[in-house]
Amino acid sequence: MLVRKRLTLVAITLVAILMGGKAALAGLGQPSPWQVGLQQSASPVMDNIIWFHDFLLYIITGIVGFVLVLLVVVMVRFNARTNPIPSRTTHHTLIEIAWTLIPIVILMFIAVPSFKLLFFQLNVPPADLTVKATGKQWYWSYSYPDNGQFEFDSLMLKEGERKEGQPRLLAVDNEMVVPVNKTVRVITTGSDVIHSFAVPSFGIKIDAVPGRINETWFTATREGVYYGQCSELCGKDHAFMPIAVRAVSEQAFSAWVEEAKKKYARDEAPPATTVAAAQSTPQ
Amino acid sequence: MATVAKAHSEDLPDHPHGWRRYLYSTNHKDIGTMYLVFALFGGLIGGVLSIGMRLELMHPGLQFFHDSHMFNVFTTAHGLIMIFFMVMPAMIGGFGNWMIPLMIGAPDMAFPRMNNISFWLLPASFTLLVISLFVEGEPGAPGVAAGWTIYAPLSTTGHPGPAVDFAILSLHLAGASSILGAINFITTIFNMRAPGMTMHKMPLFVWSQLVTVFLILLAMPVLAGGITMLLTDRNFGTTFFTPGGGGDPLLFQHLFWFFGHPEVYILIVPGFGMISQIVATFAKKPVFGYLGMAYAMVAIGGIGFVVWAHHMYTVGMSTSAQAYFVVATMVIAVPTGVKIFSWIATMWGGSLEFKTPLLWAIGFIFLFTVGGVTGVVLANAGVDRSLQDTYYVVAHFHYVLSLGAVFTIFAGWYYWFPKMSGYMYSETIGKLHFWLTFIGVNIVFFPQHFLGLAGMPRRVADYPDAFAGWNLVSSLGSYLSGLGALVFFFGVALAFMRKEKAADNPWGAGATTLEWTLPSPPPFHQYNELPLIK
Repeated sequence: MLVRKRLTLVAITLVAILMGGKAALAGLGQPSPWQVGLQQSASPVMDNIIWFHDFLLYIITGIVGFVLVLLVVVMVRFNARTNPIPSRTTHHTLIEIAWTLIPIVILMFIAVPSFKLLFFQLNVPPADLTVKATGKQWYWSYSYPDNGQFEFDSLMLKEGERKEGQPRLLAVDNEMVVPVNKTVRVITTGSDVIHSFAVPSFGIKIDAVPGRINETWFTATREGVYYGQCSELCGKDHAFMPIAVRAVSEQAFSAWVEEAKKKYARDEAPPATTVAAAQSTPQ
Repeated sequence: MATVAKAHSEDLPDHPHGWRRYLYSTNHKDIGTMYLVFALFGGLIGGVLSIGMRLELMHPGLQFFHDSHMFNVFTTAHGLIMIFFMVMPAMIGGFGNWMIPLMIGAPDMAFPRMNNISFWLLPASFTLLVISLFVEGEPGAPGVAAGWTIYAPLSTTGHPGPAVDFAILSLHLAGASSILGAINFITTIFNMRAPGMTMHKMPLFVWSQLVTVFLILLAMPVLAGGITMLLTDRNFGTTFFTPGGGGDPLLFQHLFWFFGHPEVYILIVPGFGMISQIVATFAKKPVFGYLGMAYAMVAIGGIGFVVWAHHMYTVGMSTSAQAYFVVATMVIAVPTGVKIFSWIATMWGGSLEFKTPLLWAIGFIFLFTVGGVTGVVLANAGVDRSLQDTYYVVAHFHYVLSLGAVFTIFAGWYYWFPKMSGYMYSETIGKLHFWLTFIGVNIVFFPQHFLGLAGMPRRVADYPDAFAGWNLVSSLGSYLSGLGALVFFFGVALAFMRKEKAADNPWGAGATTLEWTLPSPPPFHQYNELPLIK
């Protein structure tokens, strides 16, 4: 009896969670208290991830519910009191074929949208600009090769450095700034150990591996600040190297680039690129 | 008969007594008991570490740890201890050693002395791991904080101190221990079955052990190779994983997960076998679809070797590689589904007696299903992009391991405790233990799905304030499960104090395997005359 009650409770909870998951209000660009679902989307990739995740959630809830119902039926109908004489059935070819084939069909139903999403994520479209994110112990450096090669460090704001409303452990001193509605290609690398560049609202996560360049892309569909955290254990302050991306209008972005070129200008000229080096050799 | 057999064996002049009986033991039951005691000890330490982590995560901010380094020493040690010094010794060394010879009608293991060294390597290995906690790891801080996955370069240049070296040597010894055990088990199962016990008449628990030890035999050497390369990178100037010398950090991940994914099946497949025995026993009905059950385990083991890079979707693999690993991974759901449905079909039409082992078994079937379906979610690289390295993954693998493998260990423990000790446990305490644990672990791990979906990374000692709510719930649940563990230890102590004699077969007509034909506890040497299987 106790088993039955408890299991009904679990079933109710599961349904409630499924409903709650749809209704829960997630903040833009950062998690909100008691959130139960994915963060709100701010990019086409994340729109697709959210759709696909919800699609999967229905399927897996259905499967768990089905198994739960079977278990409850078995416990109620086939216990020592209600069914004192056990049957001796050990085979039923049809049902064995069914529980092999039906899961295969379900998996194929999952595979089709899964591949669509995967190819959409991994085929980087022609980008409007490229930002290079370098993971370091324990902060990120961003450079803008298309906008004048400037590079700056982005460190987490500590206690006392944050302004009103800036979230703890997420806010940084220098945000990565991108124009809204433009396709941004992010290339990542690690300078010491492996880090991982992640922004949940954009649906991106890509490891920053020493000796290797990885790429991903996003298009921010709304202005705002989008937070993420390093997503590969990278040592002592792994928890304290957040990612903050500010999506702004195109004009604001151009203005920021001009300011950034001055602000982050280095004492000497930036390290010569290969092209510059090739040009300078004849001298 | 029991007393005669016992008196006879104890009179053997070469049978050592006192501490020599254990240190020099070549007896599969004594060695099995030592493995089980060792696993209880390992589980206690691993459990205390997890409570320590939940204490820290109960509220935002750092309360108990100065920095995340020590916290991640805890996560690393918790993972390694629970895998190598709790689940594996309990399931394979403990129940495997005890029950394989009894179930196949063999007098002992094929290589009794190798069995001895298999066990005694483990305390040495554990000692090395403990030493690693007290020597420098990351600059100026003791212990390995690179996670149980010890990814390079965090485990090489990121940990200049000798702690990682001690951990590597510890893993080498644990690996050698399990490879020796695997050789022993394979030889025993292939050669020492009683007359008439064909492969297709073996109890499913023996099948599960056979699949598991093959996984060990094939996977552990890969780990050994990988961590040896790590060791030489650290100490002898090689650059297998250093890009500056032409190496690749991702090579380590491929080697690690080529071992690591079969390893998770090593942790759960023996549990599948136990659940099959227990469900059939308490339904008083033979297992439904015996051959399907046996070959589903073989299939899971086989496919388990070709899915490893689904742990690495974010490292920058090519599209086609990711697509392949998505498909291969999802295929595992099919044999797993066969097992779940066959267990339910075994109970269907049965006459269930809700003794403690069956409660754990049914709890396992349900929770493993929950963990299984979140595995299907994670198998899809597209959505895993959002969930990789978040608490969703933590919730998933604890549902299949902490709520899966550990539930099967407790199911097996209560099922075979009367056989192994000769005493009955208290049903009341056993059921109390089950309910506290069942409710507790669900409170711990279910909310972690929410945290992961919301984006909380794993292996962090502090988190943004928005994650506070579910972390508090999760921590409270862990205290309840901790209470459950105390009830378990109390129940064990009580059973030994009450000394309520267990019958040869306390479970009745449903228990059909050979171990129930022997006295409880079995004589020091069993089957002086081999049983004949019809």
